[in-house]
Amino acid sequence: MSRLRTRVRQLAVCYWLQIKILLISPFEGFLGVVFPLMFATATLMVYRLNGDADALQYAGLGAAVMGIWTSVTVSASSLLNRERWSGTLELLVAAPTPFSLVLIPITSAMATVGLYSVLATIVWNRVVFGVRLQIESWPLFVLGMLMATLTIALFGFLLSVTAIRYRTSWALGAALEYPGWLLCGFVVPLGLLPDALRPLSWALAPTWAVEAMRAAASGASPWADLAVCLALGLAYAALAAYLGVRLVDSARRNATLALT
Amino acid sequence: MTAVVARDLTRTFRTHEGRFKRTRRDVAAVRGVSFTIEPGELFGLLGPNGAGKTTTIKMLITLLLPSSGSASVLGHDVVTDLREVRRRIGYVFGGDRGLYDRLSGLDNLRYFSELYGVPPREQRQRIGQLLEVVGLTGREGERVEGYSRGMRQRLHIARGLLHDPDVIFLDEPSIGIDPVGARELRATIAGLREQGKTVLLTTHYMFEADELCDRIAVIRDGRIVAEGTPAQLKGAVASGRVLEIETYGVPQHVVTALTGPDGVAGVRSASVVERGHLQVLGLQCDAESEVTQQVLARLGDVRVGRVSAREPTLEDAYVALVTDP
Repeated sequence: MSRLRTRVRQLAVCYWLQIKILLISPFEGFLGVVFPLMFATATLMVYRLNGDADALQYAGLGAAVMGIWTSVTVSASSLLNRERWSGTLELLVAAPTPFSLVLIPITSAMATVGLYSVLATIVWNRVVFGVRLQIESWPLFVLGMLMATLTIALFGFLLSVTAIRYRTSWALGAALEYPGWLLCGFVVPLGLLPDALRPLSWALAPTWAVEAMRAAASGASPWADLAVCLALGLAYAALAAYLGVRLVDSARRNATLALT
Repeated sequence: MTAVVARDLTRTFRTHEGRFKRTRRDVAAVRGVSFTIEPGELFGLLGPNGAGKTTTIKMLITLLLPSSGSASVLGHDVVTDLREVRRRIGYVFGGDRGLYDRLSGLDNLRYFSELYGVPPREQRQRIGQLLEVVGLTGREGERVEGYSRGMRQRLHIARGLLHDPDVIFLDEPSIGIDPVGARELRATIAGLREQGKTVLLTTHYMFEADELCDRIAVIRDGRIVAEGTPAQLKGAVASGRVLEIETYGVPQHVVTALTGPDGVAGVRSASVVERGHLQVLGLQCDAESEVTQQVLARLGDVRVGRVSAREPTLEDAYVALVTDP
């Protein structure tokens, strides 16, 4: 029991200190504030051309989650490179704490910053574009939003472990940013995507989280979508933990922990 | 139980060359390094850049897998028993990196306390003690980005000692620190030995190794070329004396001609160190030989300043070990 408490404490303290690191940088703070609003603005300006209120509602909801996807996928895949550059990666790996437990607070801190972007975008959409989200069940909508945050964080966790072995894997996150907006159905209905891409969409947990949020907004039951979303999130976590151990071993064999 | 054992450790790195036609090349950084360190001993690993010091340390602290050979720390294998090794060791390296610049010194120590398993109840006291030891009390609330290099280095040491490790690896900890900071650092390292800690220290500074280390191994091209106490190394490699001659513009061919078959009998090796506008010619000589007049004659027209003879230092021994063909 005390071991569990120690572990929970480790996760909580590390999470808090990582939040501090993220929030202290004025430049990154500025980007974190402005980027999601910029993306939402571009999306809504495109969608309001036809004057279709339903389409605007659809885009407003998807745009809210776009920011969190961007902030977590792009940042998570570069976060270990950041540690590598600052010389702390070796210290993190050399710690007796399992590496996956070192990474979880870092990606969770990023997801928390991403959660801000959801709230900021909803307010921005309402104030600037007059898009008032019609939500039938706010509790289920918020649950879907939290699930999106959690599963995107777990997806970021999966991306981040690859960077320990492959120094250039930061590019993976950057490459996933815009395709993710489409594949997860944030701004384009999945029905419009080619059939070949559907399995890819289904494998992404945020797809189901956004579906759950849309269901909660329209008054339908979001539980099936939430269950699939959670299952996929847990699968990401298990895969990341498995890969984490193997990729750390591979990094020790191939000497990729340090810069040189 | 022996604190650190390295047996025939080797480590090869694979590199790639060429942009279009990529060729693979294996570079051996460590080639069969063996040594042991007893508990409470301060062991020095000396060698020039690229000799394999850091690679050896990284294998011992579980950050690199050896290509072959084996190593253990306090009886735990560094390849198979990672968790136990990591619990018992501390690792400190020199330079500016290895800290979170945006956090305060205190937050850095709190973060690593959690990761290195310092019990929550002991953290506050432990961090306070270490800040006192490294002289950062009162500055712990400031962000690390505002710290001087010396302060960062001292914070590094505090971080490495957080979990009270039995064995501490110090990889060039005094690099880039001013003389006063380096002296304080040496006092801190000496204090670790007094506490009964086992320390493996790598350094470029001979006086530092001479002052601190119980035993020293000199590593060159991935191999240990000499091992012993500082006195043994001085005696074994440079038994005799050192003749130093200040010169102004001594040509290299004159220096080369002082040794070898046609050189001056009794002169083992000759080297030149630039010191401002003059060059100091250092000659390792046999103890019983009197070579001063012959050497001055060989220098011919070269303008000569002060001539002095002295006992060999560890640096003389080191230079001889890492430069001998």
